[in-house]
Amino acid sequence: MSAAATTIVNEVPPQAGPRAFLRRLRGGDEIAHLITLIFAAGIILLTSMLVYELWVNSHLSRAKFGWIFFFTKVWDPNFDNFGAAPFIYGTLVTSAVALVIAVPLGLASAIFLSELAPRKVSDVVSFLIDLLAAVPSVIYGLLGIFIVVPVMRTRIGPALIHTVGNVPYVGALFRGPNYGVGFLTAGIVLAIMVVPFIISVSREVLLTVPREQREAAMALGATRWESTWKVVVPWARTGIMGSVFLALARALGETMAVTMVIGNAPTIAASLLSPGDTIASVIASQFTEATGDLYLSSLIELGLVLFLITFILNGLARILIVATERGGGRPA
Amino acid sequence: MRKSLLIVSLALGLSALALAQGGTILLNAAGATFPYPIYSKWFDVYHNGHPNVQINYQPIGSGGGIRQLQAGTVDFGASDFPLSDDILAQSKFKILHFPTVLGAVVPTYNISGVSGELNFTQKALAGIYLGTITKWDDSEIAKANGGVKLPNADIVVIHRSEGSGTTYIWTDFLAKVSDEWKNKVGKAAISVNWPAGLGGKGNEGVTGLVKQTPNSIGYIELIYAVQNNIPYGKVQNAAGNFVKADLAGVTAAAGADAKNIPDDFRVSITNPAGPKVYPISSFTWLLIAEQIQDATKREAIKDFLKWMLTEGQKYNEGLSYAQLPKDVIAKETQAISLIK
Repeated sequence: MSAAATTIVNEVPPQAGPRAFLRRLRGGDEIAHLITLIFAAGIILLTSMLVYELWVNSHLSRAKFGWIFFFTKVWDPNFDNFGAAPFIYGTLVTSAVALVIAVPLGLASAIFLSELAPRKVSDVVSFLIDLLAAVPSVIYGLLGIFIVVPVMRTRIGPALIHTVGNVPYVGALFRGPNYGVGFLTAGIVLAIMVVPFIISVSREVLLTVPREQREAAMALGATRWESTWKVVVPWARTGIMGSVFLALARALGETMAVTMVIGNAPTIAASLLSPGDTIASVIASQFTEATGDLYLSSLIELGLVLFLITFILNGLARILIVATERGGGRPA
Repeated sequence: MRKSLLIVSLALGLSALALAQGGTILLNAAGATFPYPIYSKWFDVYHNGHPNVQINYQPIGSGGGIRQLQAGTVDFGASDFPLSDDILAQSKFKILHFPTVLGAVVPTYNISGVSGELNFTQKALAGIYLGTITKWDDSEIAKANGGVKLPNADIVVIHRSEGSGTTYIWTDFLAKVSDEWKNKVGKAAISVNWPAGLGGKGNEGVTGLVKQTPNSIGYIELIYAVQNNIPYGKVQNAAGNFVKADLAGVTAAAGADAKNIPDDFRVSITNPAGPKVYPISSFTWLLIAEQIQDATKREAIKDFLKWMLTEGQKYNEGLSYAQLPKDVIAKETQAISLIK
């Protein structure tokens, strides 16, 4: 970025002096460039300061536990023994459940809205979906407590235990006591929360696919569905994946709604019906009352771990996008 | 545009600050959430009687209150638990404790087919929270509840998910009555490594989970139970009697040992002797630096403390907080002179 700035400054001929520079200013080019540059640099600065602060303030915990922190299953403020394993597990599991539910649902809705529904219906529905995306997470948490949790305890949970629970291997996911709160409930609430993002962004992306693409496919004898699934969706693949990763980021970092329905017990259990906890949720619930220095430092290190997880997953996402682009679809 | 807006808001903020300082003494405080209703009532009434003193209290939690006091960003703090020797030793200046009101913690439950009031022995509560008593018809529960038909159902244990003064009082009691608890889970703490159960956030979170989950048990603040008409059980005290928590029983618990209260007021009053006392209760404290440089602030704080111990106590019961015992008030009144 700074390199670009220098080249532009150098383009001003030295003999033109301040007057030419002023004219450029009046034109707005230079100002726009400077302002956008400062703002863009600000984001980078903000991110690095965030990491720096987390790193410095988690010093005590890093010094005491080292890498063991990632694998310790205990979270015991009373004996000053802290580990991130149950929270990392909970974060990954709830986000995975959320995506497994939200991606097919979101993608199918987006395809319907952009390709099949009449334009008027599509516009009205997507307006409503955008509204959903703006609902505060605590409202989704309440929805979870009053509707999803009771239904999970009395209907879905027992139904899963008695059917899928008996299947070898997969059954381990649906066994044990069923409280209504737990990984699966948190995943479902997260799915409800992130699905508007997937629909909204994917629909926009699908709508930008050029008309000629569809016409060409149909001219070759493809049915409407074939043209949608084999031409339009692959064309929009990158954007759709972008929407999924936006949804993943929201699911990883969600605090309030998760705290309200996950059971807040740091456990690692195969069963999705078991109560658990996530990184964001434990930070939100324990930070204000954390006393000892090591306790606080460990909570901050959890923040660093969440940052790391997000960083790794985003990196993987980039790689995935590059890899699939190489395999065809939209021309670069 | 952006800049001018910033300047205007800055100017407004500064002038507001100047106004506040001209004649008015502004005290900032932060800490415990449990006594927030009575504190905000006190600060409001006190301000009406003393228009030149304004106290701004932020209920950010005891831990946050302690940290802000130590960092010097507030004039005094508030905590639901006494500071440990470690924290006091680390502190750069001496911190005094002043008990303000009393609170109690009660067990609440939801058992299919049981509507009556249950009696809990001390062993039963410890066993349930340790995860060693797992069924409602366990003999330890049944023997104290003759005539009640308890189901052969698994007990769902519910505790607070966040650090909380309520948890501190509850675990203080459990650690006192059960050696196994003390060895396995440890001393009283605002947050522990729970051997069993699910976590709910806040009194409302625990109550919500208990109401929704059949055969569950949780613990909540007495005032929360009273104000929301939530039924709760009786707990066995050190004398062996089953006592239902009420404000008088809580004041009695504090008064039982008031003469032996240490000079720094850092005391646990769970499970005291006495036939009528409710065994799971605690003071909540204001934390004040021993040395306050600003003379006007110092005098304002001292005057507020005097008012709180006399006039202020009258507002307690209206908001379901138990009053301090007389002996404690007398001792505290003397301690005010320690602030210099």
